Amino acid sequence: MADTQAVADADRRLDGPLVLDGVEFTSRLIVGTGKYRTNESMVDAIRAAGAEMVTVAVRRVDLDRTKEEAILHHLSPDEFFLLANTAGCYTAEDAVRYARLARAAGFNEFVKLEVIGDEATLLPDVHATLEAARELASDGFKVMAYTNDDLVTALRLEDAGCVAVMPLASPIGSGLGVVNPYFIREIKRRLTVPVIVDAGVGTASHACVTMEQGVDAVLMNTALAAADDPVRMAHAMRHAVIAGRLAFLAGRMPAREIAMPSSPTAGMLD
Amino acid sequence: MTIPGKMSIRLNGKPREVSRGLSVSGLLQELELHPAMVVVELNRDILERASYDDAPVSEGDTIELVHFVGGG
Repeated sequence: MADTQAVADADRRLDGPLVLDGVEFTSRLIVGTGKYRTNESMVDAIRAAGAEMVTVAVRRVDLDRTKEEAILHHLSPDEFFLLANTAGCYTAEDAVRYARLARAAGFNEFVKLEVIGDEATLLPDVHATLEAARELASDGFKVMAYTNDDLVTALRLEDAGCVAVMPLASPIGSGLGVVNPYFIREIKRRLTVPVIVDAGVGTASHACVTMEQGVDAVLMNTALAAADDPVRMAHAMRHAVIAGRLAFLAGRMPAREIAMPSSPTAGMLD
Repeated sequence: MTIPGKMSIRLNGKPREVSRGLSVSGLLQELELHPAMVVVELNRDILERASYDDAPVSEGDTIELVHFVGGG
C-alpha cells in the first residue's frame, strides 16, 4: 500500500503548483479558520485538508479575554501562509483600512479583499471592491479579490492589478455548491491571473465539480467548520479537490445521450 | 473625572483610564498584550512595531488594538 508521502509525490507529478504572484503552493485547497467549535478541531481539520494557505480575519482585541481568541496562539505562521481578509467591511475605505492593519502584522502583502454589499445575501459590492482593489494594488498589496461570478467585474479586477480573482460558487456559508458553472468556466477562460472559487462549497462533490471547471483553486470555510466531523470532511475535501483537478487536466470524455457499449460488439458467439 | 496619575483614552471603542506618560509599549505591557500579537492604530495611524517604545499615549487619544482571529 502506498504511504501518504508516495501519494503526495504522485499528486505533484500529475499536477503543477498553484502559483500566486510567484509564490508556489502544492495544495489547491485554501481554507478559512472561522466558526470551528474548538481551536483543536480547526487545526486538525486544516492539517487534514492539506491546506497551506489559510484565511484569517482582523478584529479588535477583546481586552477582557485575549488568550484564546488570537488565532496565532493556535496556527503557526511558519506552518501556514496566513491570508488576511477584509471580511465584514461594507465600504472600500474600511476594506483598505483593514488590509493595512493586516499588513502591519508583518507576515505578507497578500490580502483577501472582500467588500460586502448586501447583508442578507452577503453578495459583494463589486464597485467598492474594484475601488479598493485599485487603491490596494497601487499601494503594493497582492490583492486576491472576492467577487461575484460576473465576467466583466472579474476582467476589471484583473486590470486593477489583482493577483487572483475569486468568484463565488454561491453565497458565503450557503453550502449550495456552484450555481453557475458556465460563468465560472468563462471567467477562467478569459483571465490570465489565477481564478479561485471562494464561498458556497458545501460538500465534497461541490469541491470536485468546482475544480472540474478548470479553476486554479477553491477556498472554503463553513463546509469544514460546520460539518459534524470537520476532520473527516477535510480529508474528503482534500481528495475531492485533487480528484476534480486531475479530472479537468485529464480531459473528460464527451457526454452523449445515447449508450455506447464498452465491450466489442464483434466476436460474439452464435 | 480623571483619577490622579491617570488619563482617559478611547481604547477599542470604549473609554478607559490608563497611566499617564505611557508609551504604546507601556500600554501594551499594562494590558498584558504581547507586541508581536497585536497591531496598533493610534488616532487612525497604523504604527510600526519598531516605534512602540517611542510613541507616546496622550490624553484623549483614540487607540485600536487589533489582531488576527478565525475567519473565512
